[in-house]
Amino acid sequence: MRPNQTKSLQSNTLAGWLMSGPALLLITLFLIVPFLLAFWFSFTNQRLISPNPTQFVGTSNFEQLLGVGTLVLEPEKGEDGSLIVSDKGELSYPRVRDFTRNNPDFQHLNGMREWFGWDWGNTKVLVLARDLVFMKALTNTLFFVAVVAPLQSLIALLLALMINQKLRGINVFRTVYFMPVVVSIVVVSLLWRFIYDGRSGLLNNLLQFLSFGHFKPVDWLGNPDTAMWAIIVMSIWQAVGFHMVIWLAGLQNIPLTLYEAADIEGASSWQKFRFVTWPGLRNTAVLILVVITMQAFALFSQIDVMTNGGPLDSTQTLVFQAVQRGYEQQNIAGGSAISVLLFLMVLTISLVQRYLTRER
Amino acid sequence: MKSLSILAATLAFSTALGTSAFAQTNLTMWYHGAGSSVERELINGIIADFNGSQSDWKVSLQEFPQAAYNDSVVAAAVAGNLPDIIDVDGPVMPNWAWAGYMQPLQLSEGALDGFLPGAIGKYNDQVYSVGLWDAAVAMYARKSTLEKFGIRVPTLEEPWTGEEFNGILETLKASGEFDYPLNLGMADQGEWYPYAFAPFLWSFGGDLVDRTSYETAEGALNGDAAVEFGEWWQSLFTNDYVPGTSQDMASHETGFIDGDYALQWNGNWVAVKTLEALGDDVLFLPAPDFGNGPKIGGASWQFGVSATSAHPDGASAFIEFALQPKYLAAFSDGIGLIPATAEAAALTKNYAPGGALESFYALSEKQAMLRPVTPGYVFEALEFRKALSDIANGADVVDALDAATDAINADIARNNNYAAAN
Repeated sequence: MRPNQTKSLQSNTLAGWLMSGPALLLITLFLIVPFLLAFWFSFTNQRLISPNPTQFVGTSNFEQLLGVGTLVLEPEKGEDGSLIVSDKGELSYPRVRDFTRNNPDFQHLNGMREWFGWDWGNTKVLVLARDLVFMKALTNTLFFVAVVAPLQSLIALLLALMINQKLRGINVFRTVYFMPVVVSIVVVSLLWRFIYDGRSGLLNNLLQFLSFGHFKPVDWLGNPDTAMWAIIVMSIWQAVGFHMVIWLAGLQNIPLTLYEAADIEGASSWQKFRFVTWPGLRNTAVLILVVITMQAFALFSQIDVMTNGGPLDSTQTLVFQAVQRGYEQQNIAGGSAISVLLFLMVLTISLVQRYLTRER
Repeated sequence: MKSLSILAATLAFSTALGTSAFAQTNLTMWYHGAGSSVERELINGIIADFNGSQSDWKVSLQEFPQAAYNDSVVAAAVAGNLPDIIDVDGPVMPNWAWAGYMQPLQLSEGALDGFLPGAIGKYNDQVYSVGLWDAAVAMYARKSTLEKFGIRVPTLEEPWTGEEFNGILETLKASGEFDYPLNLGMADQGEWYPYAFAPFLWSFGGDLVDRTSYETAEGALNGDAAVEFGEWWQSLFTNDYVPGTSQDMASHETGFIDGDYALQWNGNWVAVKTLEALGDDVLFLPAPDFGNGPKIGGASWQFGVSATSAHPDGASAFIEFALQPKYLAAFSDGIGLIPATAEAAALTKNYAPGGALESFYALSEKQAMLRPVTPGYVFEALEFRKALSDIANGADVVDALDAATDAINADIARNNNYAAAN
């Protein structure tokens, strides 16, 4: 009886297509078509506003984004060939712009900017980037993912373990931890801007109070050294409740009998976690890691509301740059190229994660 | 019986529709000021007067919040749904005209006589847009503060020099009475940066782009004058004369009135509020002169006709109708903006000779300079804003200006030098 039923459903193709039709149409229109368009645009010079026709430009958008070069700077020498040493005992070097601006001997470096460098004896080795803002957005995004993915899943797990107890009023805590998830990220970002305020923000006031006035107020979002960390802390605070709930669902799926058996065997609570809880959470862990990684790569709203990528590009991210270029700078092609690179990165990382966490 | 009455009603209805359609052609209009009931009342007043004054055209209004307005126009243009009459921010107009969203106005000769230069939107020698008002920026100060520290009150003829201005900031800083000597409004990170701060660059002798060709920024934005400007700009922040980019909007809005800042570089739109709070004590002073004359930015929101309008003659007729002095004056009285002609200024409360804000009219007339009139301005403004923020946050001045220059040049090249399409 049963196999027949399935068969008749499968063979009735028209009804099946009709029912999935609306969904397929919408998915094609709003997901698949834009996705393919972005790929196409990234190989053209498509602009948001322009009377000029769109032209195919090959890979030049990607070359522009990813172009890097190196430059070795020799210290400047006096007329007699000795090194010029300043009062502070430092060597002086020629300016990078002498090589990267209209210098016919260094055509390949034209328009590049200093990204990072190191000393090699007396000489300086510099790595230059054709699109420094993109490079900073790339490294910032990777840094954000590298910090947020492990930290946020760990904190979410700890919270889940804490609220997975049968205590009176535990639902209150569950609700409280979950609350930031329900609030719009834009609202949360606005609120945290006040918390981080450099002069009279809540955080500065709190730290001053706790240190009996010894703490000097920090302009958390206005300082290149602290801005990204401020965003990281706030992002984790906002999103951790959601992943806590997923962990909690995983925890509640572990049969109680296993814990009872462990108790009879005389297992310590660490042993119970290590050999019962953790193996039972395996699939949940894979899911959470993949989801957090993807979400972290999409960092945008916090940046848009709180820092606009500043100060000094310390909070530029890939998605923020894609939107900036595509929309504000009216350069759809440039924004699409960033989106395509981001897609390839997330795809690669997800595949690697899948491979590393596969069932053995 | 019943069917008869329905028939009668239908007939009456269709005749009513028919007559109005025959008599007046509908024109649609978009405006950026949704949310301001004063502006709605003013605009609707003009529209009602216009619709009643002739029998050819009937204008209907749709309003948008300012933050979403430009996006809406771009989206509508892509979809081919632009209204007949749009309003446009002055410096953005060349971009829209170049993109083919707008067409030149059909005004009768002499319609713009006596208008402030900042109120006329010209691109490729044709008038595409015209404003009922202009805006101006002034250095807000208190008479009492200046007297206390022995600071000279500058005039249009004899503004503060750059050196004098730096000395004043140092004096005010050293007094220790203020959080900061000067509020530049760094919290307002939009068009304010190029609008308010590019004039300093012009006064130093630099510019966002070379205005002879509009094809390169090399030398204009990273030449000696621009670097000198950049170093001065950075010194404002390293000397703690000015709150930095992380200033919050609330301090920007109330800091000068509360006495946290001694001076404030701000637009005429907060003048009425400041006057109410401080009374006679407040002064609206001209921009300092850093060598190439004191400058402020010109051009505010203006009206234009969309390229797809089927009735550009009607749309232009409406705009010309709106340019009457009484409407210019009404807008000025309503929202505090500078009326576009002297004739209208005489009709207003604040800008008439002897009025409290009269000095702004003179500032607009004497010091206003347009932001670069090129479709590329939209991009140049973004890069300029980024360079200013980066320099304020301690970036190397020359590198930051070089980076902006390169980005602007790349954008110009990407757009075929913004040559008009044929």
